[in-house]
Amino acid sequence: MNRIVKFYHEMGSPPSFYRITSHWLKPMLWLAIVLTVYGLIDGLLMAPTDYQQGDSYRIIFVHVPAAWMSMFIYGIIGISGIITFVWRMKVAEAVMMASVPIGALFTAVTLLTGMLWGKPMWGTYWDWDARMTSELILLFLYIGVAGIYSAYEEDPRKAARLAALVAIIGLVNLPVIRYSVYWWTSIHQGSSVSLMGGANGIQHWDMLRPLLVMALATKFYYIYSMLARAQTYLLKTERKKQWVLEAIDQQTNHNNPAGAK
Amino acid sequence: MTPTRKKRLLLVLMVALGVSIAVAIFLTAFKENIMFFKSPTEVVAQDYPTNRSFRLGGMVKAGSMHRVPDTLKVQFVVTDYADDVKVEFEGILPDLFREGQGVVTIGQMTDNGLFIAEEVLAKHDENYMPPEAADALEKGQLKMSDNYNNKDSE
Repeated sequence: MNRIVKFYHEMGSPPSFYRITSHWLKPMLWLAIVLTVYGLIDGLLMAPTDYQQGDSYRIIFVHVPAAWMSMFIYGIIGISGIITFVWRMKVAEAVMMASVPIGALFTAVTLLTGMLWGKPMWGTYWDWDARMTSELILLFLYIGVAGIYSAYEEDPRKAARLAALVAIIGLVNLPVIRYSVYWWTSIHQGSSVSLMGGANGIQHWDMLRPLLVMALATKFYYIYSMLARAQTYLLKTERKKQWVLEAIDQQTNHNNPAGAK
Repeated sequence: MTPTRKKRLLLVLMVALGVSIAVAIFLTAFKENIMFFKSPTEVVAQDYPTNRSFRLGGMVKAGSMHRVPDTLKVQFVVTDYADDVKVEFEGILPDLFREGQGVVTIGQMTDNGLFIAEEVLAKHDENYMPPEAADALEKGQLKMSDNYNNKDSE
């Protein structure tokens, strides 16, 4: 128990957060690459075709994991936004702002792959149904959070708190996206994968497996990318602190063991 | 928790609650407008805008599709298993357009109860399966309905 409390406190302080997470980057990146390669080969080449859509359905192996991540990352931003706003933790600020571009990227991928699938399947790239519109609003929320932050350049900590407030307000969009296809009539279909199982959706394990592998791969990619960006964020905002100088010193020594400068 | 943090947490919770209530009221008020399409039941009950296009959605009734002779027009019936609306469309149907599958049509209602569609979109359901599984399912269903029919005739 003591170790968990200690770990929790260490993760809250920028120097030890930086020190601990720098060991995580490489394994996370490797997991992400290996799982993505496996998931894509399994999904795009090995999985059976669909009885209605033939091969076109394979975009699901990119679209659905990206859509899950677009909402998952926004959830992380909302939670770290609340911590930023209430407890003023620097690490939470770093996690929040580091997540924004990654989440925006996943949202854009979701929208684009959806459009590419929509044209041949539905007959249109875009229509203003509830699911698509709320996902587009999610993209604007990401841009809004990033925009508020960079508009307040003189004080990054205050900027982070303002961005956190926007992020918290935007949280209300998540249940709207999730349930949009059930609350309203829409052209977008309901969920094909549910935690409860059920008789509908994707039942075939050869189709489900690559989807779940891709969901894991995108999570690992997010952890890698977010931590790397959060570290940079902390180095930048804490650049006058002693630990940053030490960390940079250590890194240069590590790259240059002879000490030549 | 210090009093300042308590105050801030309360503020955040109030903001979140306020925004949620506002959004909920907004979405309820605009429910009609957010609905992507009208069902045949609503259309049969005359609940649709006149003199402008709207979307009609439902299932393409099995066995209802046919071409109008000597034209490029197709006619089919959209159903929600309660009411039916006859739809006429001239143009290219999407790949997924099939009898028994979901469809969203955009167009206007004419006085004689025929819906003239300018655009037809296919609606795919959430079920994905390999062709063999679909065959097996279909066979199972046929068998079930056979049994049912046999029971009926007995």
